[in-house]
Amino acid sequence: MDIQQAKFQYLLRLGDSSLIIGHRLSEWCGHGPILEEDIALINIALDFVGNATSILAYAGKVEGKGRSEDDLAYLRDEREYRNLLITEQLNGDFATTIARQFIFDTYMYFLYEELKNSKDETIAAIAQKSHKEITYHLRHTTQWMFRLGDGTTESHERLQNGLNDLWMFTSEMFEMDEIDALLISEGIAPDLSIIKANWEKRVNEVIAEATLQIPTTLFKQKGSREGKHSEHLGFLLAEMQYVHRAFPNATW
Amino acid sequence: MTFIIIKLHLNNLIMEEGKQLESFEAKIAAGHKIEPKDWMPEAYRKQLIRMMSQHAHSEIVGMLPEGNWITRAPSLRRKAILLAKVQDEAGHGLYLYSAVETLGVDRTELLHQLHTGKAKYSSIFNYPTLTWADIGAIGWLVDGAAIMNQTALARGSYGPYSRAMVRICKEESFHNRQGYEIMMTLAKGTSEQKQMAQDALNRWWWPSIMMLGPSDDQSPNSDQLMRWKVKMESNDAIRERFIDRTIPQAEFIGLTIPDKDMKFDEKTGHYSHGKINWDEFFDVIKGNGPCNAKRLKDRNDADKNGRWVRDAAIAYAEKQLKEKQAS
Repeated sequence: MDIQQAKFQYLLRLGDSSLIIGHRLSEWCGHGPILEEDIALINIALDFVGNATSILAYAGKVEGKGRSEDDLAYLRDEREYRNLLITEQLNGDFATTIARQFIFDTYMYFLYEELKNSKDETIAAIAQKSHKEITYHLRHTTQWMFRLGDGTTESHERLQNGLNDLWMFTSEMFEMDEIDALLISEGIAPDLSIIKANWEKRVNEVIAEATLQIPTTLFKQKGSREGKHSEHLGFLLAEMQYVHRAFPNATW
Repeated sequence: MTFIIIKLHLNNLIMEEGKQLESFEAKIAAGHKIEPKDWMPEAYRKQLIRMMSQHAHSEIVGMLPEGNWITRAPSLRRKAILLAKVQDEAGHGLYLYSAVETLGVDRTELLHQLHTGKAKYSSIFNYPTLTWADIGAIGWLVDGAAIMNQTALARGSYGPYSRAMVRICKEESFHNRQGYEIMMTLAKGTSEQKQMAQDALNRWWWPSIMMLGPSDDQSPNSDQLMRWKVKMESNDAIRERFIDRTIPQAEFIGLTIPDKDMKFDEKTGHYSHGKINWDEFFDVIKGNGPCNAKRLKDRNDADKNGRWVRDAAIAYAEKQLKEKQAS
């Protein structure tokens, strides 16, 4: 595998994760627990879709086969998608959504902090812009971790259940393969073990302050690197892609 | 003796209210705004609460038919634009609920009125969004019609509402343009896309011209509301302006207005439209439109499913406050 191929795959990982979690958040539109939260969730979804658009457009350029960001988003099947498993998990109740966002936002915050220093100028520029947004997202989800964790008995239980259910998807976020190794050696991508240490520290602090417990789940799920997803992704893509695919060669 | 004192007191009150009314009306006539702390007649306050809360409810119920298509938007650019647009609508809702609160009713009470079916919202959102072109039609026609009404209301007498309208109209004109741009792209696209655009226009045209309200003979404008600048123009006048503006836009992109009786009247300089099915309009208002039950259910479910979240936020805030006071 050469650097160009590795970079293309790496960009798909980043872009797909943003696109899929943005899609999930957008499902909340009009159904949030309070109007302010409806606004926040749509706004964050928009940031993710914007980030995915920039990254997938760049991925298409790096690949060099003339594929646009829309071609990559709308014309790949689930086996070709590289988003992390956690990003495609169902919204569940508001607590489960917050647990998912907190786990992923914290990860993205530390990852993009490192990506700002990428030797690839485009990646560094996208990371620079996105990191500002992610800082707000993480503040938002962290505040909800405190409110729900240390709110009522019901909210505490719901959030703890959400964390417990999602914990099996956390270790996958830090897995590294030959693509990471090659890009780390080129200074393009960061070493995920550094991200993991930062992530664990922050997550432990917030979970403790929110009066919650670190889940004891040892069971681990992985597979997104090879396009092996949970059953949820197929339905999500069927919905997301159907108009685009139903009218081949149309412009929108 | 007591009776005479009470009578005198009442007379004074009536005289005082008469003076207040006089100064209130003089203020409006001079083009000044009425602000929350100013004296206002009860009828004025009530009418504004009704209008402004209906407007706020329309913004948040309107998020549902449009939100339907966020997950299915046919390109990433369209998805981002639609997300931004729906976020604007939610923002308008929040802004308007806050403006109604200046009249002494809080948001919880207003939402309760919406959820129990006591308060109304725009009839248009009880129609379904069936294809992507409906998102174009809503921006072009529904937001277009709303702007006609709202630019007039921006000249209204109640300060918080008129200022809200100025701001909201700016964003709505973007929404209107993006809707028209969706329709233009579809109309220029493949034959299936053009058909999709025409079908959306066919379904949304009549509800859009109806949403501006019953015709003047069925909805006489009280002189008082016009004098108080609560209502600025008659429904028919606004409808005429909307139709005059929209027909050339449809012609420009090669779509046909689904009204065979529509014609330009040389004498008046306006288009005259065919007969509007007001029975359908009143039926939808009464709750019998295609989506009334679904919209109300979605709103009620969101409220019910969110209760524990709101309770948790309050409980947490109270704990924080206690801790702060203790330290």
